[in-house]
Amino acid sequence: MKRHNPGTESRTAQVLLIGLALAFLAFFLMLPLIAVFSEALKQGLGLFLSAVSNPDALSAIRLTLIIAAISVPLNMVFGVAASWAITKFSFPGKNLLLTLIDLPFSVSPVVSGLIFVLLFGAQGLLGPWLSAQGVKIIFAVPGIILATVFITFPFVARELIPLMMEQGKDDEEAALSLGANGWQTFWHVTLPNIRWGLLYGVLLCNARAMGEFGAVSVVSGHIRGETNTMPLHVEILYNEYDFVGAFAVASLLAALALVTLVLKTVLEWRFDLHSGARH
Amino acid sequence: MIRVENITKRFGNYPALHGIDLEIQPGEFIALLGPSGSGKTTLLRIIAGLEFQDEGHVHFNGDDVSDIPVGKRNVGFVFQQYALFRHMTVADNIAFGLTVRKASRRPAKAEIKARAQELLRVVQLEGLGDRYPGQLSGGQRQRVALARALAIEPSLLLLDEPFGALDAKVRKDLRRWLRDLHKQMGLTSIFVTHDQEEALELADRVVVMDHGRIDQIGTPEQVYMEPATAFVSHFVGETNRLPDGRHIRPHDFEIAAHGRDRVLVDNVFRKGGSWRVEGRLEEDGTIIEIDVDAHEAPPAIGDTVTIAARRERTFSNPGD
Repeated sequence: MKRHNPGTESRTAQVLLIGLALAFLAFFLMLPLIAVFSEALKQGLGLFLSAVSNPDALSAIRLTLIIAAISVPLNMVFGVAASWAITKFSFPGKNLLLTLIDLPFSVSPVVSGLIFVLLFGAQGLLGPWLSAQGVKIIFAVPGIILATVFITFPFVARELIPLMMEQGKDDEEAALSLGANGWQTFWHVTLPNIRWGLLYGVLLCNARAMGEFGAVSVVSGHIRGETNTMPLHVEILYNEYDFVGAFAVASLLAALALVTLVLKTVLEWRFDLHSGARH
Repeated sequence: MIRVENITKRFGNYPALHGIDLEIQPGEFIALLGPSGSGKTTLLRIIAGLEFQDEGHVHFNGDDVSDIPVGKRNVGFVFQQYALFRHMTVADNIAFGLTVRKASRRPAKAEIKARAQELLRVVQLEGLGDRYPGQLSGGQRQRVALARALAIEPSLLLLDEPFGALDAKVRKDLRRWLRDLHKQMGLTSIFVTHDQEEALELADRVVVMDHGRIDQIGTPEQVYMEPATAFVSHFVGETNRLPDGRHIRPHDFEIAAHGRDRVLVDNVFRKGGSWRVEGRLEEDGTIIEIDVDAHEAPPAIGDTVTIAARRERTFSNPGD
């Protein structure tokens, strides 16, 4: 006697869907990734190495690392603070704050960059006053940092808000009722509860901080060796038909993406283990 | 003594508590009983200092603590979902309240450890100090939460639906255990519950709440036998509400020829030590439940019987 199995009918659909997804991934994600690395190494390892150790490339790498080193910790603090405020307190304007956090995601990066030019540029609102004080923001490193902080603001907060919402505030209230002060509560109770989510958010934030093109391009001024980040450097080399150079630097960015993905997978795995042990 | 004076609280437009007055004597075990939305948990949280009243005062032993936050009221609070710190061992959870103290008030490490061990013994979890909360059963977690609250030597113990998340068997054992523990320690305690059986079994006095007001404060005997309002009458214990406003408990009915109400029997089944007869009032179809002593012969399904009340209470406002 053969029993009806509801799974068999959809078998074809299942294979078809998986196949489609895989084909899409292969074509749009894997192929370009392979292309980046093969282009970079096409003329041999020597040329690749000299392309990434060229002074301008090194300067771009250094600047990118500095930008990330400044904007990621800032957004980690902002992100935790915003998530904490939104999930543990109720106050007027909370929904507005939630919407504002998403703003950098919904606005085109070019527009974000332009906002800073309008504010701080030579013709901008605060530009003349700033240049009178001898402060240069646009077409300089401070501008790039501002734009990057703006663009990457949502990553940590977006990761933490649903997590902290789900966890509620019982643990914090328990700690307070036992006599802990605010800082002890955050350090001993909240932070351990959110650590994996926070790490994941920081990772995504970092990937974007290093890879941001649009907003940074508007405020940077593309000064070689001074205000060029890695993505901007790739574009310059590419426009100059230096394909090996362009792909060599691009391959570093792609490698960063791969490392981020691996770390993310590991973190998710740890995170699942961790939350599996809850309740 | 705990004195709650004219407490009023609103959440936005929603009035949670209106003018609550309550006095609790040292060593009493008090139940705040009511349906969800009655304000019982809000009242508990205001007494704890986790929430603040819009109006009114809270006094602990004559001191006005109305504006003092939870950490300075020296209360032990047991949360409904326990709120154990899941990244800490059971022993560290219990010791938390001592380890976060200022250095000047903090006991030595060895002393904290000894205190945690002692509390583990009190809650009968010796040997489980190195486990994590995730490795414990619901009943064990509940007891860890209690031990953690007791570690700070609170002057008042507050429990929010302490048995709400447990299955029936564990709930019953833990109930008995908690009552014994309260007897031993004599610590003034208040617990919130929606389960009247729990309130009647554990509490010295029961505070019955509905819609942000106290309907009655009394011993379990008083609230059951002499309910002050129609609400108390049907919320505490089972009650038949007759169309004319009489409230009669199933065990206060008898099937007797001199009775004035006629009931058509729909169903008869065994319920513990008696028969439960379910029927409808002939007059208007009101559902009636009657308990008949197990030693007597119950009526048959389809019979019409006459019933009389041995004891009844009448409320002018039928209440719901």
